[in-house]
Amino acid sequence: MHIGKYIDLVHRSELDLVKAFRLVADAHGDEVDVYQTCMLLSSWSQRLADNVQVFAEKYGEENDDEPDRLTQTLLKETRQGGMALLRDLQDLYLIVSEVRVCCAILKQGAAGLRDEALMVTCEEIERQSKRQVSWIYTRMKSAAPQTLIAAE
Amino acid sequence: MQASRDSIIDIWGERTPYRGEWPVRVDQCTSEEPDSWVQSACVLCSNGCGIDIGVKNGRIVGVRGRKEDLVNLGRMGPKGLHGWVANNSRDRLTKPLIRKNGKLEKASWDEAMNLIVQRSKEIIEKYTSLGIGFYTSGQLFLEEYYTLGVVGKAGLGTPHMDGNTRLCTATSAAALKASFGTDGQPGSYSDIDTTDCILHVGHNIASQQTVLWMRILDRLAGPNPPKLIVIDPRETYTAQKATVHLAPRLGTNIPVMNGLLNLIIAAGHINQAYIAAHTVGFEELKKIVTNWPPERVEEVSGVPAAKLREAAHIIGTSQSLVSTVLQGVYQSMQATAAAVQINNLHLLRGLIGRDGCGIYQMNGQPTAQNTRECGADGDLPGFRNWDNRTHVQQLADLWNVELDKIPHWSPPTHAMQIWRFAEAGSIKMLWISGTNPAVSMPELTRIRKILQKEELFVVAQDAFMTETTKLADVVLPAAIWGEKTGCYTNVDRTVHISHKAVDPPGEARSDFDIFIDYSRRMGFKDKDGAELIKWNTPEEAFEAWKECSRGRPCDYTGMGYAKLTGGPGIQWPCNEQYPDGTRHLYTDGVFNTAADYCETYGHDFDTDAAVTQQEYKATDPKGKAFLKGSDYLPPHEVPDEDYPLWLTTGRLVYHFHTRTKTGRSKELQDAAPDGYVQISEQDAAKYNITEGDMIAVTSRRGKVIEPAKIGGIEPGTVFIPFHYGYWDNDERPRAVNELTITEWDAVSKQPHFKYAAVRIAKADGIL
Repeated sequence: MHIGKYIDLVHRSELDLVKAFRLVADAHGDEVDVYQTCMLLSSWSQRLADNVQVFAEKYGEENDDEPDRLTQTLLKETRQGGMALLRDLQDLYLIVSEVRVCCAILKQGAAGLRDEALMVTCEEIERQSKRQVSWIYTRMKSAAPQTLIAAE
Repeated sequence: MQASRDSIIDIWGERTPYRGEWPVRVDQCTSEEPDSWVQSACVLCSNGCGIDIGVKNGRIVGVRGRKEDLVNLGRMGPKGLHGWVANNSRDRLTKPLIRKNGKLEKASWDEAMNLIVQRSKEIIEKYTSLGIGFYTSGQLFLEEYYTLGVVGKAGLGTPHMDGNTRLCTATSAAALKASFGTDGQPGSYSDIDTTDCILHVGHNIASQQTVLWMRILDRLAGPNPPKLIVIDPRETYTAQKATVHLAPRLGTNIPVMNGLLNLIIAAGHINQAYIAAHTVGFEELKKIVTNWPPERVEEVSGVPAAKLREAAHIIGTSQSLVSTVLQGVYQSMQATAAAVQINNLHLLRGLIGRDGCGIYQMNGQPTAQNTRECGADGDLPGFRNWDNRTHVQQLADLWNVELDKIPHWSPPTHAMQIWRFAEAGSIKMLWISGTNPAVSMPELTRIRKILQKEELFVVAQDAFMTETTKLADVVLPAAIWGEKTGCYTNVDRTVHISHKAVDPPGEARSDFDIFIDYSRRMGFKDKDGAELIKWNTPEEAFEAWKECSRGRPCDYTGMGYAKLTGGPGIQWPCNEQYPDGTRHLYTDGVFNTAADYCETYGHDFDTDAAVTQQEYKATDPKGKAFLKGSDYLPPHEVPDEDYPLWLTTGRLVYHFHTRTKTGRSKELQDAAPDGYVQISEQDAAKYNITEGDMIAVTSRRGKVIEPAKIGGIEPGTVFIPFHYGYWDNDERPRAVNELTITEWDAVSKQPHFKYAAVRIAKADGIL
């Protein structure tokens, strides 16, 4: 069984998200809506991480190196300059996508095991991650023309 | 001054008790007997009272209410009766000004316009029109907004166009769109004539729309008076007349509204058949509000459970209901989510689309409605959906331009984002018209800094020197109400015409003429090389606007200058189907939510994440209204050890906005000469403050000093009116927006003026 590995993947990437949203919030305090929304979305990820924790105990979380490479390249630090916000948001988008993929796979495992409670947790992660990614997408799209064309 | 009543001492005047048909009462105020009267409507609040302008020897000498007008039947409030004197003020701007070597100097129109055009072209060359932004007003005329909208979207092709209506009315539009699919107030002022219950949420109507309050007072004095429920943290004039007054803590609108809906649903006071036939989302909404039993509401908001139950019972059992909502909701945290709850209330009880049942998501300014209709704020003209290619193509066809000329890659840029772009430097030119952001925007230190940026070219168009024009690079003298012809629309969709009564002073020009002049000088053309702006007069612009509105909810095609002149006002839609206008929208329970018609595909209430066209079409409600709910999020800044009190801001009955006009009327200015900080008796005792003491009020953003006024407010909260800037008194910091926060509602983008954390201390004569 490898399900423990995927529980670990989801758990750790959700915790990475908590940090990533905070990082972007702090770096872009001048974009007030970005700051406030990132702090809110960070709190969502914290709650989701806590929910997954329960299953780590049940199935025995096992460490897997792979996704760390992704989250260690993206948003190691936030950027400076005219493109900073857009690029940082783009990195956030990729990290949330990581959570969504890991969760989709985990949910398949939960279905195969008929673990109702784990299914419900995965569905909640799906729902909130979709909201997170929709916001990032909306915000990136709205920032893009100004950044690409008019910003120094 | 000869007035038919003293509106300063007796704000609302004599009662004419009634139920059914509101009696006539004509108010007037003149400095001399006029030679003639010219038809107009008031522009000092969003009521839009029909009035006549008295003229003698080419000057405005007074005003008189129009007895046949739908909105007021002759009545006028103190601002309307006295504000007109400002037109004749000696310090009107009469010549363009250009900043040279740090000083504003008189210039000719050619010089000023050529400079603006030259700068525009330089910016467009290097950065495209994304380097240009417009910040307009809620006080111009329909024809001006439409012209500006076309100039912006089809001439320049910039998405950066919004106005101060973002600060006052954005949430009204956002809430109507979220529930009903498009903008458009469902009810009519005439609903007050027969309703059994009136609910005011965050709306001190007695102060802000005095004539509408007169209508309510007359019902309260008449047979079968309506019950009155008022939700407001202060003991306002409105609250004093309430059957039940709920005074929630700042930032707790969602708990209170969720609590009311919870009680009403639990008691079964809902119209199941209506909900099933005409709405979607009931189960989701119910799940959210179930978390708010009265005891929990009391704990979070301070509203006693017994009072909440009483209010819910009255609202839940009334046969009809008129609800009004304004800044107490719109400028607070979770504005759109809370405003939508009032729509939900009416939907759950099936109280929409018939006499006595109205929702007034209020407008904060006299012509704010028109910015929403004509696309001079962050909307597309005709309540069209930027994300619906068919809608944008309609505009492209109408204006004869390429589809992609009209920005539709994202929602139009909202005001706070325009200012942010200006701050960050990617917007290089900001054209401000008919508004005073240096006093009315949040966090004034930041605004002044932005306006003074070397790299930002600021054009300010106004009738007077203000705190904003003082900082501009070019100042254009504008004509105002009474000096130009045009139309405008109020809260309940009533359209009025205002005829030019006198010439503007000196070289002042109407905003209409200025925008057209800009378009011609910039060489804006359509696809065939003809002038983009095809009209030269306001009437021609109105006719062009009619075509734009055809088939959309705000259909004006049945109106015209001739029909509006001499008439009592006409409520849109007015077209072949409704040649005399329309009292109620949604009389058949069919809303504007169909995917191909709606103005928006919707947003996440907490984040503003956009629903895509594909997602929306997958669950197309096809004419059913949305029941949308949200759970409570506490305000971002709350009182703490360093800043232990709540600050809330608002308006006074005698003044409009930054007092550019009302401050120039002796009667109005004497009635309310200075700002103040309103403190509860308990807090006054705690801080050893007596009436009139000068108090320093400080937030994380700045400091003001105000005389203390004690009473009428809950302990833990202070109130300061936002009217008092520096143009007539710069001896001390006193504009309350020195203290307010730069943040806004996720969906409506309306700033959170209604709360901040402050500390107070006696100023001890040190200013």
